[in-house]
Amino acid sequence: MEAVQSSRRIMTGNEAVATGVKLSKVKVVSAYPITPQTTIVEKLADMVANGELDAKYIEVESEHSAMASVIASELTGARSYTASSSHGILYMHENLHWAAGMRVPLVMSVVNRAIGPPWSIWGEQTDTFNQKDTGWMQVYCESNQEAMDSVILGYKIAENKKILLPLMNMLDAFTLSHTSEPVEIRDEKTAHDYLGDLDLDFKIDYKNPAGYGSLVAPDGPFMEMKKDMRDSMYNAAGIIREEISNFNNLFEANLPGLTENFMMEDADYALITAGAISSTAKYTVRKLREKGQKVGLIRLYFYRPFPGEEILKAVKGLKGLGVVERNVSYGQRGPTFEDVVSALYRRADVPVRNYVVGLGGRDIRVKDYEKMFENLVEGDNEMEWINVGVK
Amino acid sequence: MPIVPVTYLSSSTRVMSSWRTSRPVIDYSKCTRCSICWKFCPDVAIDLITDVSLGAPNDRFKALEAPSIDYDHCKGCGICATECPFDAIEMVREEI
Amino acid sequence: MPLTIPREELMLQGHTACAGCGATLSMRYVLKGAGEKSAVAIPACCWAVIPGEFPYTALKVPLIYTTFASAGASISGLREGLDAQGKEDYTVLAFAGDGGTADIGLQGLSAAMERGHNVLYVMYDNEAYMNTGIQRSGSTPYGAWTTTTPVGSKRDYKRENKKVVADLMIAQNVPYVATATIGFPEDLERKVAIAKSIKGPKFIQILSPCPPGWYYNSADTVKISKLAVETKVFPLYEYRDGKLKVYKPAKTLPVSEYLSLQGRFAHLREDEVEEVQKAVDERWESLLKKEQS
Repeated sequence: MEAVQSSRRIMTGNEAVATGVKLSKVKVVSAYPITPQTTIVEKLADMVANGELDAKYIEVESEHSAMASVIASELTGARSYTASSSHGILYMHENLHWAAGMRVPLVMSVVNRAIGPPWSIWGEQTDTFNQKDTGWMQVYCESNQEAMDSVILGYKIAENKKILLPLMNMLDAFTLSHTSEPVEIRDEKTAHDYLGDLDLDFKIDYKNPAGYGSLVAPDGPFMEMKKDMRDSMYNAAGIIREEISNFNNLFEANLPGLTENFMMEDADYALITAGAISSTAKYTVRKLREKGQKVGLIRLYFYRPFPGEEILKAVKGLKGLGVVERNVSYGQRGPTFEDVVSALYRRADVPVRNYVVGLGGRDIRVKDYEKMFENLVEGDNEMEWINVGVK
Repeated sequence: MPIVPVTYLSSSTRVMSSWRTSRPVIDYSKCTRCSICWKFCPDVAIDLITDVSLGAPNDRFKALEAPSIDYDHCKGCGICATECPFDAIEMVREEI
Repeated sequence: MPLTIPREELMLQGHTACAGCGATLSMRYVLKGAGEKSAVAIPACCWAVIPGEFPYTALKVPLIYTTFASAGASISGLREGLDAQGKEDYTVLAFAGDGGTADIGLQGLSAAMERGHNVLYVMYDNEAYMNTGIQRSGSTPYGAWTTTTPVGSKRDYKRENKKVVADLMIAQNVPYVATATIGFPEDLERKVAIAKSIKGPKFIQILSPCPPGWYYNSADTVKISKLAVETKVFPLYEYRDGKLKVYKPAKTLPVSEYLSLQGRFAHLREDEVEEVQKAVDERWESLLKKEQS
């Protein structure tokens, strides 16, 4: 296809997300405010109010209802969207499972924010790492451009009939949500043609009355349905690789694969990160490279499906790998660490360490990444908490 | 094609008669075809049929639609027998 | 004889409700009135099980099963999704039990009504969590035994009054609110028809007697439903355009006629039955006053 018209504008991550929703021809938006997601749904409300976006807008009374209502509207065949953050995501947890189990290809944006108590409105990824087992695909964005593109790409992938699972795209509280960057706005017509209309084989239709989500007995296909979700998610990796490549060609975009390898050729030591904290990590890697240290970074763009094959390939030849975790799990190491180690088990012989960083919006500085690289070379602890207890 | 949790087969193919401990039996000679039993059946197990060979209080009732118990789906709750204004339905214990 | 309710059945045989189930009659009547061009949301409740196990369905209309608290939000989504595609002629309705309406789903119901979606919320009220085996809900009446209000030496039956959701909906000024019960199907059909004719939120609370939960013979479901109205325990009323209209039964009976048929009230002493009578009379008077004002 020929190159398309696009325009470049300065916008916040939340505005970029809202623009992505508009470009995706969404028909129903369900919205409940929570800092720092609020400006997404405010922007969408403006777009609906001034006719820029032809959609129904439901001002629900809770996140639980936000998810319930978009499950229902999506099942009528109308492409639907919601966004949330932090406690809002936890509150809708039950319905996240319901959405995936119903196989409705929703897209939801999540501005990653800490979980209380104590209250904190600042960045941290525990809210969505807690949702990794709900059957939703997960992408973690590093830039406002990715935040916009991931919405459009998200619908394309979620609605793929071999996948039919919902997708959440994450952006970091304030660092992306409220920070302005130049963003290339994708051509509206190209985006509309790219996605087309939502086409569900099963939907609410009085001519074909069916029940959605009924009781299934132990000898019914309950386990088969769960296995099918697992298989669809697992097999999604290949489709996603292809779709990202298509997206990049069509929109002249620059999305990474399921992961992004940064200065990984000939690296001895590397870190794994997700989200906007990756930018500081990249800066640190470049700085250390200038000093002659052979270091690199693997950035997780997709976390579900987990890009095990990409990581396995990237770690070949490494002397040490550090998994940076901006979330907290109690009584075990972090979820990313476990997933990475599981992907490498008996297939790669790389020492892996785990670093917990940036909870409750705690800054993650260049010197923190330097410390992690130092620890990778010299340390012997399997897990370290970084930038804790220093004032 | 993913396995979507969709149910579409009509439940009416299921036979529920084993749930029943007693069965309603209509005495057509008392039945005025008022259809109250049909109206109050929670199992939708009473059909309305036209059958002049059935008994009736008198001949003019014979042309009217008469209730007919669908024993495949009747669970034997007995509402029809209680509600029949003419005592035309009797609950008879099922033999095992 | 001409039929007094629509002939077409949109609820099918072969469902798995208990024998004599009042909630099943509620569904049968509501769907007759709603018609085939409907979309139904059913949260966790008896009716989440009654249509049958996969792959069966007992409804000839599309339905989505939802999580327990989600009936109100789900009909909101169904409505807006259908309208977004120009399918405004669908009747969208929730069919939820009293637990899912008076308790866990009250917030979602209240919000859906407040937002003004063109939907009908039907609460089939069997006055306890019957699907889980008879636990007290906010809609359980004073004096009733349930498995979580057992009658013992230190604590006994439910001492609190029934939370009447229809009254809450009236307080919220929902455009059409009605109570109904399965013993009066023609009245129920009329109310569903009115609800269908109004573009906006509607709420109907249907008292739906439950043989195993109320401890009575399954043959008495319709009889008990009628007695609930005739003893004024469950008054039938409608609220429309800000006006309340109370149905006055031709004959009225003492509450003991209603209570004595049900095992859940068997423990009540005579003086306690008197208490119930007093409360029922007071509520009736206050309803009549509201009707006048």
